[in-house]
Amino acid sequence: MSDIIFCKGGGCTAKLGAGVLGKILEKLPSGDDPDLLVGFGSSDDGAVYRINNRQALISTLDFFPPMVEDPYLFGAIAAANAMSDVYAMGGEVKTALNIVCFPETMDMNILGKILQGGSDKVREAGGVMAGGHSINDEDIKYGLSVTGIVDPEKIYRNNGCRSGDALILTKKLGVGIIMTADRIRQASQDAVKKAIDSMKFLNKYAADILKDYEVHGCTDVTGFGFLGHLCEMLDKRHSAVVESRSIPYFQECRGYAEEFYITAAAQKNRNYVGNQVSFENNDFFMEEILFDPQTSGGLLVSVCISEADEIVEKMKEKNIPAEIVGYVEKRQDKSIIVK
Amino acid sequence: MKHVVDARGLICPLPVVNTKNEIENMEEGESVDVLVDNEIAVQNLSKFANVRGYGFSHEKTDDVNYQVTITVSAGNNMNLQKDLSKDIVCDMSPHNNDVVVISAETMGQGEKELGKALMKAFVFALTKQDSLPETVILYNSGAFLSCEESDSLEDLLFMEGQGTEILTCGTCLNFYGMTDKLAVGNVTNMYDIVRIISGASKVIRP
Repeated sequence: MSDIIFCKGGGCTAKLGAGVLGKILEKLPSGDDPDLLVGFGSSDDGAVYRINNRQALISTLDFFPPMVEDPYLFGAIAAANAMSDVYAMGGEVKTALNIVCFPETMDMNILGKILQGGSDKVREAGGVMAGGHSINDEDIKYGLSVTGIVDPEKIYRNNGCRSGDALILTKKLGVGIIMTADRIRQASQDAVKKAIDSMKFLNKYAADILKDYEVHGCTDVTGFGFLGHLCEMLDKRHSAVVESRSIPYFQECRGYAEEFYITAAAQKNRNYVGNQVSFENNDFFMEEILFDPQTSGGLLVSVCISEADEIVEKMKEKNIPAEIVGYVEKRQDKSIIVK
Repeated sequence: MKHVVDARGLICPLPVVNTKNEIENMEEGESVDVLVDNEIAVQNLSKFANVRGYGFSHEKTDDVNYQVTITVSAGNNMNLQKDLSKDIVCDMSPHNNDVVVISAETMGQGEKELGKALMKAFVFALTKQDSLPETVILYNSGAFLSCEESDSLEDLLFMEGQGTEILTCGTCLNFYGMTDKLAVGNVTNMYDIVRIISGASKVIRP
């Protein structure tokens, strides 16, 4: 692919800032259909529409510019990221449609590889690729519109966490920083490979394990970073204590953050939720990692504290790098206290 | 020699990375002017200067453009090549010899609620100055500011992390029954308070 594309931030670093978006969305009327179980009203990931008492449809879409050079991997990552919303809501992926922006003048084999990467990921998820829509555009963008189903009684709400819950994060943080370092050719191949493996890993596997437990709240960590998504989850009704020593992150990204290979998106996240967070450990680089926008990040799950250790153990058996990263507490002045 | 980095049109992290590269060729006391075209880049440059302990200022030159000036402070650029994680303590914000004396939890005379809000803003503003005070002394009800649940705790912790000494009057903590609530800095006594204030180049009171 041409260099022009990689001058820009790809993946979820390309997301619009949450602050800007919130102002627009709150002015639009939201749907008032009683069967729309989840819509704009909360900060949830996808929309959920009840069809009958046993089944509800999950609709979600996500697409973005490339963050890796290999078109097949880009397709796989974009697809894993788009389907993640379904898993964050407790559902199963059924169908997917391609969303494509691609320059007509570019080699169509590249597009073929992107679509192949996406298609393979959808099949791995147990879904079926059912069509799509493409636009001639200056820059490449790719993603999916995904339909899933869920039992209306078992939807994982974004904001359902309870005081005393443990918070589990199922992927390492720092992919935004690593891909930013890579864009200016400063990341090690090893770090890039680890980040790519993490981004293309389906959240399905973590979600499968969660099915045996009571999940109070769940979201996936993407463009708004760990702290942005955690803030949404707490919904100004709870506070959380985050143990920064327990945060799983790629070792390399600390060094990259120290070289200031940091994104505009992370700063936008800081501007958006920074005033709701109290940092008690005075560790600037950990702050950057916690604000780092994640492409296809892990699930952030709020569960009963008595079940948390067992869930993490089962996830680790499946090579999911899950950790208990904090606890939900009664509402305090700040939404999040990072220790 | 004038150092200029034109980072207009460049996407983060390039404005910071190009500035960092330019600074590697600079002597202490020299400044670099960085031209950028978005506020987020200004903020990222500010974080960089803050962590490295460099002087920072910026101005908006027109609707979309900003000029940021970063000054490599004396004694700080020798740390440039070192690993920040090991040497973070050496990379502090520049300090002056000023002593800030906070003798009440409120600022000024009038409604208590307003006075508290003003004091919180005062301490916050202290953290945003180009150079931080050498010492902050808190006495009488000022002692509440350095205790648990204070609105200024975060700002005082930040200054302490940057090397400012935060001293709270022990007699006062004792009087208010807050001795075990002190959450930042150390306890001090009247002899030290008199000695420190007498030796200060400037004493600042809110």
